[in-house]
Amino acid sequence: MNIVIQNGRVIDPKNGVDRNSPLFIADGKIAGLGEAPAGFVADQSIDASGCVVCPGLIDLGARLNSIEAELAAAVAGGVTSVVVPPDADPPLDEPELADRLVHRGAEIGKARVLPLGALTLGLKGERLAELAGLKKAGCIAFSQANKTVIDTEALLRAMEYAATFDFAIWLQPQDYWLSRNGIAHEGEVASRLGLAGIPVAAETIAIGTIIQLVRDTGCRVHLTRISSAAGMALIQRARHDRLPITCDVGVHHLLLTENDIGYFNPHARFTPPLRAQGDRVALSTAAASGLAAICSDHTPVGADDKLLPFGEAKPGATGLEVLLPLTLKWAEAAKVDLSTAVARITALPAEVLGLPSGHLGVGAVADVCIFDPEATWQLTTDALKSRGKNSPWIGYMMTGKVKTTLVGGEMVFQAA
Amino acid sequence: MHNPQLNEDGQLMHLLSVEGLPQKILTQILDTAASFMEVSARDVKKVPLLRGKSVFNLFFENSTRTRTTFEIAAKRLSADVINLDINKSSTAKGETLLDTIDNLVAMHANLFVVRHASSGAPFLIAEHLQRIGRDDVHVVNAGDGRHAHPTQGLLDMYTIRHYKKDFTQLRVAIVGDILHSRVARSDIHALTTLGVPEVRAIGPETLLPKHLDKLGVHVFHDMNEGLRDCDVIIMLRLQNERMTGALLPSAGEYFRHYGLTPQKLALAKPDAIVMHPGPMNRGVEIHSAVADGSQAVILPQVTFGIAVRMAVMSIVAGN
Repeated sequence: MNIVIQNGRVIDPKNGVDRNSPLFIADGKIAGLGEAPAGFVADQSIDASGCVVCPGLIDLGARLNSIEAELAAAVAGGVTSVVVPPDADPPLDEPELADRLVHRGAEIGKARVLPLGALTLGLKGERLAELAGLKKAGCIAFSQANKTVIDTEALLRAMEYAATFDFAIWLQPQDYWLSRNGIAHEGEVASRLGLAGIPVAAETIAIGTIIQLVRDTGCRVHLTRISSAAGMALIQRARHDRLPITCDVGVHHLLLTENDIGYFNPHARFTPPLRAQGDRVALSTAAASGLAAICSDHTPVGADDKLLPFGEAKPGATGLEVLLPLTLKWAEAAKVDLSTAVARITALPAEVLGLPSGHLGVGAVADVCIFDPEATWQLTTDALKSRGKNSPWIGYMMTGKVKTTLVGGEMVFQAA
Repeated sequence: MHNPQLNEDGQLMHLLSVEGLPQKILTQILDTAASFMEVSARDVKKVPLLRGKSVFNLFFENSTRTRTTFEIAAKRLSADVINLDINKSSTAKGETLLDTIDNLVAMHANLFVVRHASSGAPFLIAEHLQRIGRDDVHVVNAGDGRHAHPTQGLLDMYTIRHYKKDFTQLRVAIVGDILHSRVARSDIHALTTLGVPEVRAIGPETLLPKHLDKLGVHVFHDMNEGLRDCDVIIMLRLQNERMTGALLPSAGEYFRHYGLTPQKLALAKPDAIVMHPGPMNRGVEIHSAVADGSQAVILPQVTFGIAVRMAVMSIVAGN
């Protein structure tokens, strides 16, 4: 099947491309840009007038509670690869479970499913899971999701073991003791509203520990969902020291702060918590500079689990279908150009994962997102394909609408 | 940000928190309470303002004292009062907070008095009532988590006004476990809204919330320094579970530093009043000689509390 995408603005940050040009796809791969490859005859032509043609989005964190609906949501949001944390029920701690998830994802045939295996059995932070077995079953790395390895010796051993096989470990840095009772950033808002606080030190202490263990073990670590300016500063220093550490931020943390809790809005409850304005600015700077990738941290939560007092409501927000418009919103506010913004949700996540995708160079897999950067739409619960209708943005206008999504040259989504 | 306790005309629909209420509403409540003081002195202690209305006391957390004063206040307004001890009934069977509310609204409840262990629970209920279009049903917060206890805050203001007349010349100290205290938060907002020029918080760093200065409060760690020249001293209860562990070494050490003794009281102005929301821990936060002394106004607080709760219920249900 040969496809040509015409009249679009092709943005391929990794290859420094940003120009109006046709894009040619053959046999599920990118076959050419601008000039048709020799002998190319298009079976199908897609008109991308007024649209951006970019690599399919790679989301570094999305929970797929009901896999069919969530993968449909992914491609509707232009996301062609999703990294799935292991905190499903049951946790992804056996090769068989990973195997089943990968096959189920392939069967559904929408976005690519990239599972993170559980680092420890039951995510309990005690006994190591069968990492090599999980890897063979398709896990791309190992993680504790947002659970902590409390026992520092267990963490050290896990990192040594992972380093032996050159496996990467993904950790959400949060000191157990300083965060276990907290429900909001320990700041002005928590003090006013009488919410138990989680201090920034909960994050910096954990990052400090991990950095030290990376120094000692050489284990590759990806730090997820950084929330504070001080945490980001530690990571920047570690990168400066050439340690093998990468990180990401949830897109909501680039746009919201503790003040958005307002009068106990449960949709503003996140793990880690939304922090102060200075923290948000530092995260934004890190995303702009390329220190941090941006992900959706997609967490579908049923209405019953949100319609509760703030401290009892489940944290998290739906994200797959708003990752692109919220990233564009951030880019506009932070005065980041479109190509850089696209890079943070395509090329940079691919680099974190060590994947050959995330770009539109000749020979790359044809995972493509076509979106209208000017189109506006209202975020309503009905507009979401995800089962997760939980969002602090319900009722808001979003700018940027996905028109068509291709995975491996197959059209997996087309806007009505 | 929309303040869910006021209606479009700026009138009080629910009392959820003192924060965000204009001074004129606080004064309206205090003035109305003053008019009810006379009712409590009568032989027939009743006015017909809430006749035919149903007040549901929804206590998700135990409290005999606050519930009783709300019950008395509602009865003096001629309301029917239904007491529900929720933690033992429906929620134990898995019913959600809002399911409970829907059921009670179907039973024609007019006013909910809510106590809940989670900060913000009364806001959730008020927002839910608005969503289902029941602006004829009202919520009064009787204490939510560490967040607010607005009727206690208002009765404290009533007490201060009763003894000191003018808020704008006062120095008020709040002493003790401010971190976990919903009373302290309500007092702080009420005092600053009513124009008290100097509000002090006295306690060890482990019992003080961060960024208290942003609420307009001066923090003191040394009680002797903090009490100097104060007109009003509000002592807070130290919960048993805070007395040992990481927050404080012992009740004894706490009393030595932050217990109100006659010697420390002497540092305040000679006519300073001593308040306490009750129940008191004698010998932990307050010496008996002070609790029973001439400067203590702890029992009048309880009496004023009934009038203040009558005022709040009659105002919200009347709007």
